[in-house]
Amino acid sequence: MGYKFGQMLTALFLVLLASVSWAEEPLQDPTAPPRTTTENSVDEIDILPLSLQEILNRLTNRSFDEKEAAIRQLAKQDNPRVVPLLNALMNRELVHNRKDDTIALGVKKDGQWELRDPESSEVIGQADSRAVRPVIINNRLRTVINNQLALVALNDPDSDIRYQAAGQLIGNDDAEMLAALTTRHYQESHPRVVAQIDTALNIAALRSDDLTTRLDAIEALAGNLHPEVKNALNTRFLAADTPQESQALEKAIARIEARIDTFQTADTVFFGLSLGSVLLLAAIGLAITFGVMGVINMAHGELIMLGAYTTYVVQQLLPDSHEWSLLIAVPAAFLVSAFVGVLIERFVIRFLYGRPLETLLATFGVSLILQQAVRVIFSPLNRTVITPEWMSGALEINPVFSLTYNRLYIIVFALAVFLALLALLKKTRLGLQVRAVSQNRATARGLGIRSERVNALTFGLGSGIAGVAGVALAQLTNVGPNLGQSYIIDSFMVVVFGGVGNLWGTLTAAFSLGIANKLLEPMAGAVLAKIVVLVFIILFIQRKPRGLFPQRGRAAEE
Amino acid sequence: MRDSTFKSAFNDRTAKTFMAVLFGATLLVTVLNQLFPADSALHVSAYTVTLLGKYLCYALLALALDLVWGYCGILSLGHGAFFALGGYAMGMYLMRQIGDRGVYGNPELPDFMVFLNWSELPWYWHGFDQFWFTALMILLVPGLLAFVFGWLAFRSRVTGVYLSIITQALTYALMLAFFRNELGFGGNNGLTDFKDLLGFSLQSDTTRVGLLIATAVALAGAFILCRWITGSKLGRVVMAVRDAESRARFVGYRTEHYKLWIFTLSAILAGIAGALYVPQVGIINPGEFSPLNSIELVVWVAVGGRATLYGAVIGAILVNYGKTVFTGIMPEAWLFALGGLFVAVTVFLPHGLVGLVAENWGKVKTRFAQNGNASNTTNPAEGDTP
Repeated sequence: MGYKFGQMLTALFLVLLASVSWAEEPLQDPTAPPRTTTENSVDEIDILPLSLQEILNRLTNRSFDEKEAAIRQLAKQDNPRVVPLLNALMNRELVHNRKDDTIALGVKKDGQWELRDPESSEVIGQADSRAVRPVIINNRLRTVINNQLALVALNDPDSDIRYQAAGQLIGNDDAEMLAALTTRHYQESHPRVVAQIDTALNIAALRSDDLTTRLDAIEALAGNLHPEVKNALNTRFLAADTPQESQALEKAIARIEARIDTFQTADTVFFGLSLGSVLLLAAIGLAITFGVMGVINMAHGELIMLGAYTTYVVQQLLPDSHEWSLLIAVPAAFLVSAFVGVLIERFVIRFLYGRPLETLLATFGVSLILQQAVRVIFSPLNRTVITPEWMSGALEINPVFSLTYNRLYIIVFALAVFLALLALLKKTRLGLQVRAVSQNRATARGLGIRSERVNALTFGLGSGIAGVAGVALAQLTNVGPNLGQSYIIDSFMVVVFGGVGNLWGTLTAAFSLGIANKLLEPMAGAVLAKIVVLVFIILFIQRKPRGLFPQRGRAAEE
Repeated sequence: MRDSTFKSAFNDRTAKTFMAVLFGATLLVTVLNQLFPADSALHVSAYTVTLLGKYLCYALLALALDLVWGYCGILSLGHGAFFALGGYAMGMYLMRQIGDRGVYGNPELPDFMVFLNWSELPWYWHGFDQFWFTALMILLVPGLLAFVFGWLAFRSRVTGVYLSIITQALTYALMLAFFRNELGFGGNNGLTDFKDLLGFSLQSDTTRVGLLIATAVALAGAFILCRWITGSKLGRVVMAVRDAESRARFVGYRTEHYKLWIFTLSAILAGIAGALYVPQVGIINPGEFSPLNSIELVVWVAVGGRATLYGAVIGAILVNYGKTVFTGIMPEAWLFALGGLFVAVTVFLPHGLVGLVAENWGKVKTRFAQNGNASNTTNPAEGDTP
């Protein structure tokens, strides 16, 4: 059973991997050569040997047109100071010193301006706040500055910066920009940047007067996912006058929409996998205590909560090291929850073996006590756990599909915990003893296994894994006293749906419920999706009371 | 006591004591509230009357659970759902009674529907302006849900823990559903702002006392009914199902039919409890469906003692009285106390308080018997403990 199932799972992941790599493909796919506009009439601004200071001084003029000319002229200069100066202008740090009517770099300090020389950035003096005014720019100038900065960045040695610069220029129809893009296109070797430049040039080509140029551009843009592309095609569609062009446009837009749909489905599946891995983490500890030991641990959710709070405490204790404090939080949470778990087993559950309904009630009482204890110690308010830098952000596969790192890591983490647990149960002496006791307590005892000790350790293991799950959940949700309660019912559903006592069943159940939930959400809304899934499980259990993968043999006869 | 006529269920000593205490307390509170002026030292406030009424509703709910759990071994963690459904049915009637006295003054639509810009009453609200229809629905809705749910579950032999967990999922799903505004039951806020019931203002002391008496009568009726059922042949089969289901099946009983019948009856009793509860507390909201409530209910029964019926009633009243006292003086401690109670009762008192008293009573008696004072009267609680 396990092997067959493992194969199924491998297949599932291969499909997933394939879909991801397929998603990347279009970017590397060399598209048709770029088509540039024929109108190549750049307004030649007279290039006089002016110093930077002289160009900057033109910014003292009130007219925005004059300022724009100055900015363009500044960007033309082959000087390393150009980029910092343009950035300063954006940030309102380029100021007009009225005393001598010059432009300088200015930073406000104690109600006064500290002025610096634009070229050397050395301090040249202090000025009264009234004698100095930042150079005012409007949105049009901001766009111009951004484009000029992008133009400079287009020749940056770093391909990421070039890629971003080309992205910034998409949708731009300034002849100067297009000329620069074309020039870059011939020098560029990086396929990602080439694709981005192609997109920019092809969008510009949509405005060409020549029908064939336009048709070629439309064909090249079909299926391109950049948001500007769809806009540009739609705009062109309204202006299209020949049926040939309209048809081509319709086809191109349809292709884009189809691809967006595909990637949105992929996105939903990714979210489903991520929800599934959360369910897996929450349920897997329960699969041990419930599935292997037959103990209904209603305090399982609270053990997860303890893990989340441990993460919080570790972060409070190590305020300077959020980046790696998680590495300490994982074992710490395991130990805290495992310790509490062993206490619960020794003082409560020990007396109740063989009476599953009673363990349910007693552990529910324990869960109330733990919740209230956390409320008293940490206050009933939610606590914030800081997400480390390496877990924030997203892996962008294309403009409509990106994988957020925290979810990606949690999927990996959940699978790692699952495999570790599986290895522990199948390969170690403790695992062997646990399985022996769960299958036949009397025989196991007869063979010299100390079943009391094994029970305590098993329960500790299940609880410890709940704590580890808490560390992961702390990165996704609020850490509060009710954290555990919201997962307990879901966790039970996963274990029961998968089949009690079967870890592979838990894995399948977690991922299928996660994906089903997320697939239903856009159709029915989050709450209704959850209700539908719950009702489905209720009905499913009526059909197959022992879950997806029921236990066979002796253990099933209880 | 074990012959199965209705009259004997009414006449046995336990039932007589139970009803004497129940009606005695109700009568006392009624008299003290109605006959003594508000400034008299003996006067009982309307608050206390309603509080007692509330406890009796809980007691009826606990009785319903004891019937399925204590006698049939079905641990339902979803009985709160039947209680809340009965409550909602009553709440809908009370909403319709408001008429045009609501904030928006719409004679046809309850306030929350006006607020949601609904133009007409949803189809399932029709008929709830009639009391007879409401009364029918109070019995029918929880009963039907329990029947369908039980039919599916018992037929496919879902038992034990699995059944407990899916009943919990049932009430959880219902809670999520009732939280939605679109369902047409007032969403998050539920139904409230009730004015009167059958023409009597809910604010007046007389109506409150009337409701208390009605609840006491309902509880007494349910008690006798349950006692009659558990004493009858049917009750014995049900207990056989609890103790050894497969054996009962092999002997030739269709165990699922017995379970279904007991489960449905219990759900109807829970629905009645809910319907009596709502006019007394003046609100019903989706929080009543919360799985926590259903589990708390299980503890009332466990504290009192399972399979005795009066144990469930005693447990419900004691735990809720404790809750009132605790949340009044030290609110943070209540959950500690409740949690501790769960653990202590399951680990140390498997037969509940009633069992504890009975055991000690038994010991005292044995000692007397050893001293030569042999007595042949049997202890009433012993007859029911398995």
